Amino acid sequence: MIRTVSDSLPTDDEQPDQVRLVGVGVLIGAVDGEGAPVGRRVILGMIVAGAAGVVFGGRIQSAINSALAPLTENDPTGLTGLLPTGGQFRYYSITGDQPHRSEDAYRLAVRGLVERPATYTLTALRGLPQTQLTKDFQCVTGWRVEDVPWSGVQLSVLLDEAKVRPTAHALVLRSFDGTYTESLTLDQARRSDVLVALQMYGKPVTRAHGGPVRLYVAPMYGYKSLKWLDSIEVVPAVVPGYWEHLGYDIDAWIGHSNGRDDEPA
Amino acid sequence: MTSTHGSAIPMGATMSPHNAVQRFTPTQRWVHRAVALLMGVCLLTAAMLYFGPLAVAVGRRHLIATIHLYAGLALPVPVIAGLLSGAFRSDLRLLNRFDAADWEWLRRKDRRQGRIPIGKFNPGQKANAAFVAGAILVMVGTGLVLGWPNPWPLRYRQGATFVHDWLAAAIVVMTVGHIVFALRDPEARLGLRTGFVSPDWARREHPSWAAGQRSDARPAGSQAAAGLDPAGDGTQETPGNRRERAQPRSAE
Repeated sequence: MIRTVSDSLPTDDEQPDQVRLVGVGVLIGAVDGEGAPVGRRVILGMIVAGAAGVVFGGRIQSAINSALAPLTENDPTGLTGLLPTGGQFRYYSITGDQPHRSEDAYRLAVRGLVERPATYTLTALRGLPQTQLTKDFQCVTGWRVEDVPWSGVQLSVLLDEAKVRPTAHALVLRSFDGTYTESLTLDQARRSDVLVALQMYGKPVTRAHGGPVRLYVAPMYGYKSLKWLDSIEVVPAVVPGYWEHLGYDIDAWIGHSNGRDDEPA
Repeated sequence: MTSTHGSAIPMGATMSPHNAVQRFTPTQRWVHRAVALLMGVCLLTAAMLYFGPLAVAVGRRHLIATIHLYAGLALPVPVIAGLLSGAFRSDLRLLNRFDAADWEWLRRKDRRQGRIPIGKFNPGQKANAAFVAGAILVMVGTGLVLGWPNPWPLRYRQGATFVHDWLAAAIVVMTVGHIVFALRDPEARLGLRTGFVSPDWARREHPSWAAGQRSDARPAGSQAAAGLDPAGDGTQETPGNRRERAQPRSAE
């Protein structure tokens, strides 16, 4: 359209291009600052789409997750891990350095209100009866990894060995990152699906996943499954842990806490 | 045409700060800088929260998440503060409207040759500005739900996560594109750094706007006031001395 108008204009070598262009602009209605308010429409459209996404996005994301699951599960490149899907572990640590303790140097202390305080090496823990569980890992922020094979010593086995005193009511669990702590009542800790986990997916728990030894509290949200487990202290009453100080529920049952309704693991 | 074929900046033009055209006032440049800085912080901290290897290397999740949250909430602030400036409000009006030349520019392949009467902003810049504004509003809204989840039903939290995640992916794509376009056009960057561009660039990229500018009307003394060359000795980079620095001529 411009070309037609411009070609029909009288050619005048004296006339600068600019003046002619602006003349063309006026002819076709191209006046800076006039025309359709496209910018406003884009912004309003994005707000409407965003609101619709908040209302329906949960369902859309589940559909995307199940559609992509065959792809993400068998992706040797790991590139699909960059997509915002919910079916994979996300790394959480609350300190700067990734905590590290070698298998040889590793010690787990059980102390507090017990008759027989103990310190376990990794070999000693491996020598105790091992329990296998294949269960989901559900994060309180929404992501869930399905059917994770866990293996380790039931926490109740360690508590029985230590002979918990009658005045005890709860545990303080500490991480060797120096900051992360968690709490469990004794009743919670004695459940059969609460493990001191030594293996994940049939291999030793990696450093990023909280190895060499971490907790796996199957019925509760992920933050209760303390990583880099250093010590278990038996105490008279519940002491809120790191995330509980930040507002997360102390009794973190999956589907019945933190305002969430996820399926139990 | 004064432009030498193939050169980004016309060889024949001996542009001095005298005939530089003012494109932005300090207010507009600082709004751009502040938004860019906050957006950069948001993208970097988002990467630290989101990409496994980076998250492992950085750790400190609670701290990073807190920085991300408040940098994000601050994103609208420079734009709102900019509204106090008439020059900024005027730019918003120009960015909002698509005139006939804009639609023509989008259709044509020779859009970069100064033949279409494009105003102060081309439609790509207008679309980017609208996207950034909409994206900031939607990210702040969903970010509020994620940052303070308690009052919200789970369904909306999941929806907010969905929108926040996928819009973040779109923002990464748009930001990379924005930077690539800026890298291709040194003089557009100069305009945002100093506020001034050469008349030739203005005529080539924004002919209609250039025609409305009277660069020669500015008194010579106003350069120092505009912060262009306070020393008066050409040590500061300006559209005028930039080319000489880049291509030293031994004959001189």
